[in-house]
Amino acid sequence: MTQAVRARLIGGLIPSLAIVTALLIGGVIIWASGPRIDGPWFGIWFVVEAYQALIEGAFGSRAATIDTVLRMVPYVFTGLAVMVGFRGGMFNIGAEGQLAVGALASAWVGFTVTSLPLVIHLPLVLLTGCLAGAIWGGIAGLLKARTGAHEVITTIMLNYVGGQLAAYLLNGVLRDRSPLNVIAQTPKVAETARLPDLVPGLHSGVILVIGVAVLVWFVLWKTTTGFELRMVGINPDAASYAGVNVVRRMTWAMGVSGMLAGLAGAVQVAGVNYRSTLGFNVGYGFDSIAIALLGRNTVSGVVLSSILFAALRTGATKLQFRTQISTDIISVIQALVLLMIAADQIIRWIYRIGPAQTEADPVAASTAPVADSESGR
Amino acid sequence: MTVGGGSVLGIPPSSEGYVLEARGLTKRYGSVIANKEVQFGVRRGEIVALLGENGAGKTTLMNMLFGMTAPDAGSVLIDGGPVRLQSPRDALALGIGMVHQHFMLVPPFTVAENIALGVEPSRRGILDLSDLEAQITALGRRFGIDIDPRALVKDLSVGQQQRVEIIKALYRGARVLILDEPTAVLTPQEADDLFKVLRGLAHEGTGIVFISHKLREVLDVAHRIVVMRRGAVAGEVLPRDATPESLASLMVGRDVLLRVEKAPSVPGNPVIVVRELVVNDDRRVRAVDGVSLSVRTGEIVGVAGVQGNGQTELVEAITGLRATQSGSLHLGERDLTRATVRERTDAGLAHIPEDRQRHGLVLPFTVAQNMILNRYYRLPFSRWMVMQAKAMRDQARDLVGRFDVRPANPEARVGSLSGGNKQKVIIARELSRDVRALVASQPTRGVDVGSVVFIHGALIAARDAGAAVLLVSAELDELLAVSDRILVMFRGRIVGEVEAATATREEIGLLMAGGVGRVIVPATN
Ligand SMILES: Nc1ncnc2c1ncn2[C@@H]1O[C@H](COP(=O)(O)OP(=O)(O)O)[C@@H](O)[C@H]1O
Ligand SMILES: [Mg+2]
Repeated sequence: MTQAVRARLIGGLIPSLAIVTALLIGGVIIWASGPRIDGPWFGIWFVVEAYQALIEGAFGSRAATIDTVLRMVPYVFTGLAVMVGFRGGMFNIGAEGQLAVGALASAWVGFTVTSLPLVIHLPLVLLTGCLAGAIWGGIAGLLKARTGAHEVITTIMLNYVGGQLAAYLLNGVLRDRSPLNVIAQTPKVAETARLPDLVPGLHSGVILVIGVAVLVWFVLWKTTTGFELRMVGINPDAASYAGVNVVRRMTWAMGVSGMLAGLAGAVQVAGVNYRSTLGFNVGYGFDSIAIALLGRNTVSGVVLSSILFAALRTGATKLQFRTQISTDIISVIQALVLLMIAADQIIRWIYRIGPAQTEADPVAASTAPVADSESGR
Repeated sequence: MTVGGGSVLGIPPSSEGYVLEARGLTKRYGSVIANKEVQFGVRRGEIVALLGENGAGKTTLMNMLFGMTAPDAGSVLIDGGPVRLQSPRDALALGIGMVHQHFMLVPPFTVAENIALGVEPSRRGILDLSDLEAQITALGRRFGIDIDPRALVKDLSVGQQQRVEIIKALYRGARVLILDEPTAVLTPQEADDLFKVLRGLAHEGTGIVFISHKLREVLDVAHRIVVMRRGAVAGEVLPRDATPESLASLMVGRDVLLRVEKAPSVPGNPVIVVRELVVNDDRRVRAVDGVSLSVRTGEIVGVAGVQGNGQTELVEAITGLRATQSGSLHLGERDLTRATVRERTDAGLAHIPEDRQRHGLVLPFTVAQNMILNRYYRLPFSRWMVMQAKAMRDQARDLVGRFDVRPANPEARVGSLSGGNKQKVIIARELSRDVRALVASQPTRGVDVGSVVFIHGALIAARDAGAAVLLVSAELDELLAVSDRILVMFRGRIVGEVEAATATREEIGLLMAGGVGRVIVPATN
């Protein structure tokens, strides 16, 4: 038991140190791009000021905190999506496209259907998003199962297809025809297709995301389905020896992964934007890969990483406002975090931490991000 | 038998003529003492075998002699003078070479490129391998090692890759060669070839230390045998004074019965019935070419053959991991020819796979999880698709005790267990349910003596409990000791059948090489 606790602590150690180190390097960059005033104290004060602005921007007021939470929601959904794929041995780069088609489909059901009560219409909208995402992810899964086409390639290509499909439809049949509309977007969805507010400004998708996170955790670690999925992800040969239909399980993993990303799109439509707008939810799908890796493909890790990423993004505006440093610094910090997670030897070397696995554990070592956190949820 | 060191009143033991020597080496890992004041040495032209159970400290000792691990106490001497080895580079410079258990080669590189790694010969800054290739060929000729310097390592067999490692060490001027379990990954034929090479090297003056679990080969090849037990040298013997039994007891620390005790088999109805089976290998070349066989309840049928004559494909076809082209498989009355792996498992077919790391286990999973790897979907391990952790733990605790898995911790990761204990986890899982038939492939490969005895006992116990056992093994001794009947495979066909009780190694060897045996089973029609 203590061994498990220890493993969990060590598991969280590397990501935490990666974040701290990225923030330190980010501080150096902020200092270097700040005003040239002599004296070391000014430089330090400037960096502290910048990070303080970042924190205030993210959590400094009620509105800021709500903003951060709103951003966190799609991060958690898509982070879980990528994580489920990883756990099943599938590298889903396609959350971006799956989210886009999810938003598109749910918005369509949201504004075309008008005569249903909320208790039916809203779930229908969300499920449509799930279904669209599942199909988009499932295509990649099926291609892999039937032809062996690698999911990294197919999901990247499907991102383009999804993006172009959205552009076509949002400029075409799904476009809001009202004379006031000048951009590529759908009409607003019906009132019955909207997630009610929990508190003013904060939609109830927050509850949904918590529920889904718990569900994902339960399925992955407490059910036979999750047992099979993790087996397939770590060692597909052993899984087929154990009688698991590996191909079917991998396709399933891609479908569920796409479903979660599609749900992210649906919740954005039903909770934030009330319509699908071209280019509105861009970037979540790609950040989610970093979130899953930083969270070491664990549910709690994905949630914590999502909070971090959301806070960085939300706080960036205030940082720029107060220090004139571009919000791009956030992308730099995120990239640094990811770099140090991917090449964790850097962190191990800086902080003198021993190797991840004993040599008795070659499989875990070779599939590190997927397998090495088996004990840590 | 002289007991290791044999020091009298603190006078250091004689170390006459040792090229490489360990004096009082001690190494601790946390609370584990991996090596405890170990005295060890090898002379010019001498082949020393190092024996010991898994975890006895053999690898640790060799790593210290090779500069990979720093000792906590004691010293390493080369040519009688103490040296400080900071890294393998130091050891290589002083003429110590090592071939590791896992090869350190770059598969897409050629043999010459691999040997050049770290000492790249260049002409005006441009890599030039032509001299090196000539040198490799010359070295090969001198020591009788046949190798093409331009072949890609990934195209070489395991045995050939090992030779590349040996040449690599020799090229760097090794006077002492350390080999860690070199034969664990080899077929018996490849092992024989390796020993030819080692004898040649020793004849030329190289000192050789090799680690092994296989008593027969140790007795055949070594000039001197050193046995380790729990981190210390338990004894040192000359082959002419030793028997497999005496070595095994020295390793284990108590008497070991190596001869397998078993009652005559009482076979009943046929259970595994294979008819005219045709199976292709990964390259779609016919690997099993019309095999028919049957295994009855209460008997163990062995399958002998040189590696690569279709045994692997036969096993995979019977267990459902590989598609069959034609022919049929029945388990009792039931036709399983097209059945999935799961249907076969549920029908009572158990499988101990050839490659336990690849097929048999999920290494990052715990012992408890691995013990239900193919039963997790059934009661009591899951209910309405929800895993029942308590049932899993209870069963694991029971099995760990019954099958003597060490450490006896159901929560330990299987990847951290030794080879023998990994295999016990598989055997516990496969034999602890209702089995009508068991297919065991190389069940004792790379496993230490204590575990071998245990595994053989388990196979025979399964037989006596009424299972039909098909045993595929590259070890003739194992087949002769454990099986009741032995089938010999050659080029995808069964070319002969012998009674294990009366057969000889020579007779089987002849059949394996494609010769004619006593009984020929018609392979087709
Ligand atoms: N790097 C290590 N860290 C911790 N323990 C180790 C390490 N290497 C070996 N050990 C322990 O030292 C003991 C001896 O191991 P080893 O020398 O590998 O045995 P052998 O090669 O005889 O099987 C074992 O108990 C093993 O668990
Ligand atoms: Mg060893």
